[in-house]
Amino acid sequence: MAKIVVQVDHCKGCELCVEACPVGCIEIDNEVLNKLGYHPAKYKGTGCTGCGICYYTCPEPDAIIVYKKNEREAA
Amino acid sequence: MAKDILKKPDALYEVYHRKPGEDKKNIHYCPGCGHGVLHKLIAEAISDFGVADRTIMISPVGCSVFVYYYFDTGNIQAAHGRAPAVATGLKRANPDTIVISYQGDGDLAAIGGNNILQAANRGENITVFFVNNAIYGMTGGQMAPTTLVGQKTMTTPYGRSVQNEGYPIKVVELLATLESPAYLERCALTDAKNIAKTRKAVRKAIKCQIDGKGFSLVEVLSACPSGWKLTPVQAKKWITDRMMSYFPLGVTKDVIDEREGYHPEKVKLTGDRIEEILGLKKEKLFRDKSMSEVPEQYRNPQIKVAGFGGQGVLLLGQTLAEAGMRHGWNVSWIPSYGPEMRGGTANCQVHISENDIGAPVVDFPNILIAMNKPSLDKFEPTVQPGGIIFYNTSLIDRKPERDDVETVGLPFTDIGDELGSLRFANMVVVGAIIEKTRLLDEDIVKEAMKEVIHNKKFIPDNIVAIERGMAEAKKLE
Repeated sequence: MAKIVVQVDHCKGCELCVEACPVGCIEIDNEVLNKLGYHPAKYKGTGCTGCGICYYTCPEPDAIIVYKKNEREAA
Repeated sequence: MAKDILKKPDALYEVYHRKPGEDKKNIHYCPGCGHGVLHKLIAEAISDFGVADRTIMISPVGCSVFVYYYFDTGNIQAAHGRAPAVATGLKRANPDTIVISYQGDGDLAAIGGNNILQAANRGENITVFFVNNAIYGMTGGQMAPTTLVGQKTMTTPYGRSVQNEGYPIKVVELLATLESPAYLERCALTDAKNIAKTRKAVRKAIKCQIDGKGFSLVEVLSACPSGWKLTPVQAKKWITDRMMSYFPLGVTKDVIDEREGYHPEKVKLTGDRIEEILGLKKEKLFRDKSMSEVPEQYRNPQIKVAGFGGQGVLLLGQTLAEAGMRHGWNVSWIPSYGPEMRGGTANCQVHISENDIGAPVVDFPNILIAMNKPSLDKFEPTVQPGGIIFYNTSLIDRKPERDDVETVGLPFTDIGDELGSLRFANMVVVGAIIEKTRLLDEDIVKEAMKEVIHNKKFIPDNIVAIERGMAEAKKLE
């Protein structure tokens, strides 16, 4: 199953990924304040198709990693 | 090849050691800024093409001045707007290098407007990524050449007005009017579709350079949420709603497929070759001479040579300066002439000195050469007492009025004409100067003359002219 991992301390909370995700599986985590002082993005945990749109929308090089397949299969 | 994992490309450093401060893992751009996206797209392409080791990124002035923090490639930071000139040098010195100029709208379209125009027109085989966010971001949101009509910025608080600031510059359309560029496209970092198109354009532009097809530029409409005072999501929408109608997306020029790849060899310059080019290899006649051997009034002289353009006035001065240098002295030579090549007034100013020369200007000469009447009229009063005036009696129907200077009047033009050409008149003067001042040695002057005269077939005649000048001056005694 595809998934994304948000590296919390790289996210600046711009919400572009939230807005861009075609299946709406990313949200802003208002419970967390990261080291940079932002509420970071969070994967809802299901629904990711591994399309990669969030990765290319995100301005931060390190904030989002997309695993198009199961992490174990990919490795 | 589709990748299974999408993460930071290898062409970006894992840790940004060059970045000052504690945080060496995060880029410095504001939330929602388009630079980060474009950095990722460029880095991904460089990594995928396997050219990171031979790529040089050129950072501009602007927010992206710190491109060199992030890219694991060669990096140079250029003066404001001058990235295309730096890129030109890098590419020409090392044609194998992949040179990428990364510039913003203030940098590229304002202060560097002519730089990019000329680089594009020369068809330099470089790739330029032009980030257009319609504002000066780094300096606090002032109007840029690309600021939209009506757009409020710090310096256009009532909105950009056509009457006051004109219309925004459309860079890719402008460059598309030139023959040389190979590939020009405008993209936008907005939705998934446009980002995918930008990704494709970035790769195409870099590939264009790798294949030796020539100049490529991709203009990227990019959000500046801070400068625009919008949220990142609003800013993205602003690009779509406001910018795209004035800056239409698409290819404005693409002749990549029509072109043969050009892959010039690297020019290798050895020390021998450089000496040859600079003329250092030639055996030259030098002779150290002390100014104490020169009559006192002509030591460390300040010389003014004046006449009509076309009389060889500048060459005369060059001959004296070259000869002075070959005596081991410091020299300077500066010309001053009108825009016309022949017929206007021309003069040159020569210093020959044992000492360091401060300013090359000669306001009060102690040697004046006046080849026509206006020159004598103008400069006679400026000659230092005890100096000498050489004047051309062929064209000057009066004698100098000064009685505190030596005067040497000879029909230089007529003598030149008699020797075969009016153009030999200047070397007749040189002969007279040798004879009268004892400043320069005859054999050295003749060698110096050979150096400054471009058309070598006139050398024998000019030697005759120098000797004739010496003889005529001697007769006056």
